[in-house]
Amino acid sequence: MATQTRDAAIVGIHEYPQRSIDGMTPLQIKAESAVRALQDAGLNWSDIDAVYDAGDGAQGGMAGLSISEYFNIKPNVIDTTSVGGSSYEFHASHAKRDIAAGKAHVALLTYGSTARSQSFNIGTGGRMTAGPPTPLGNMESSWGMTLISNYALVAHRHMHEYGTTSEQLAEISVVTRAHAMRNPEAKRAIEELELLPGVREITVEDVVTSRMIADPLHLLESCIISDGGGAVIIASADVARGCPHTPVWLLGTGEATKYSEHGGDITTSAAAQSGPTAFGEAGVTASEIDIAMIYDSFTITVLTILEDLGFCKKGEGGSYVEGGGLYFDKPGQPALNTDGGGLSSNHPGMRGIFLLIEATRQLRGDSSSQVPDAKLAVAHGNGGMLGSRHAAATIILGRD
Amino acid sequence: MPEPKKKFDLPMPKFPEPDTEPFWDAAKNHELRYQVCDECGGIVFHPRRHCTHCPSLNLTWKTSKGEGVIYSYSVVRQNYHPAFRERIPYVIAWIDLDEGFRMLSNVVGVDDPASDVSIGQRVRVEWQDFEAASLPMFTPA
Ligand SMILES: [Zn+2]
Repeated sequence: MATQTRDAAIVGIHEYPQRSIDGMTPLQIKAESAVRALQDAGLNWSDIDAVYDAGDGAQGGMAGLSISEYFNIKPNVIDTTSVGGSSYEFHASHAKRDIAAGKAHVALLTYGSTARSQSFNIGTGGRMTAGPPTPLGNMESSWGMTLISNYALVAHRHMHEYGTTSEQLAEISVVTRAHAMRNPEAKRAIEELELLPGVREITVEDVVTSRMIADPLHLLESCIISDGGGAVIIASADVARGCPHTPVWLLGTGEATKYSEHGGDITTSAAAQSGPTAFGEAGVTASEIDIAMIYDSFTITVLTILEDLGFCKKGEGGSYVEGGGLYFDKPGQPALNTDGGGLSSNHPGMRGIFLLIEATRQLRGDSSSQVPDAKLAVAHGNGGMLGSRHAAATIILGRD
Repeated sequence: MPEPKKKFDLPMPKFPEPDTEPFWDAAKNHELRYQVCDECGGIVFHPRRHCTHCPSLNLTWKTSKGEGVIYSYSVVRQNYHPAFRERIPYVIAWIDLDEGFRMLSNVVGVDDPASDVSIGQRVRVEWQDFEAASLPMFTPA
């Protein structure tokens, strides 16, 4: 624990409760979430001196500036890292860095999306077919690689190398749905968005008999498409000690990217690089983690990342997720995505912020699937495409 | 029997795009090209301005034999893009070419994509000619 520092903590959170948001813009969702998170933290707009923004809702292409003006804040630090669903873990990592360096004291992260109500095509349309020519667009857009088929490339290779089965991958969907059914907001989403196979828990059989979208991945192995948003406030130790909730410390952070490489192994994700950095800085190991908030765009994303973060050896993810050990009420393994995840609660396109929010709820003792005496959580965001190029960041969180 | 004329065109490479234009120019002659660094011998693909292995700007285009193995694949069964929707189910794959580079493509010329395609399968390039470009696809060798 020699290297562990407690210089920055999550002190305010808000998850926008609706999954189908009519008549609101992403900017409004961000602002409303920010206000609720400020109330949660007992802070005011004037306390914020650092803003982190992935450009969702940016006006005039001026990410960082436009959000500051809309909020009416004058930050000393602006960070507009935009790497898809992992953006918020990058933002948290940078907020810790900037607070530790004394450049900022209170950092605001916000997210807002109306992906569902505006019917953004976030996965099953042609990729990179609009816009100006790019090298990657020219080399990839003619083959019809959908988002899910990109992830399916990883799943197939994982099955080929390690004997992983669809039934094992399905276990991830099953435990996530069980947690969603305990979360009133997720349960309402399942009802409102008419998720298959209805408002109930699901079985491995349900998953492997659901429609095949891109072999070997089925419909019930895929994240849902919802509206949503949220906000997270990260503060220095001095500020955090005065906030109403127990501080949730950012104990360690790591960031990484991964691309297709000649002869490379696509069953290993960027988590294999970001994980050791984060765990090393926090001075903890995977075996000590109580809560695993892992970006669940698809089942294979979770399986791969659990391996890469060291919860089990590479190739043993299939057996690791079997047997129900990832349920919130089963000791011995971490509780997985206790809010219901992207698979069964919400996925407005970039769900990384919800990983931080649910990890914070757990460490405060406020989750709808509360792990008794939870002390350590990991939030791992993965943005982009698992089978070709993605960015990932790992955040280790803990309480006093 | 010739295939019925496709109603919708596949998305095609767009120009000007100086990195990939030589690749697609050669593709019109059914040549599958990749770059090799003059300084370190490293292979660069997708095409780029620079060597990705050493600080060199001197790359030479080479032509692949177009033979390799399937590293991984997926059978796409849902795509709302009209050109792909009418081709469903089709196979996307990472192909490891024998020269040492990996490229994305389709595996074509199989009766049942779910049972006739496998990881490790040997494939060779098969060109499909369209007005805008010739696309390198792969078929079991
Ligand atoms: Zn070189």
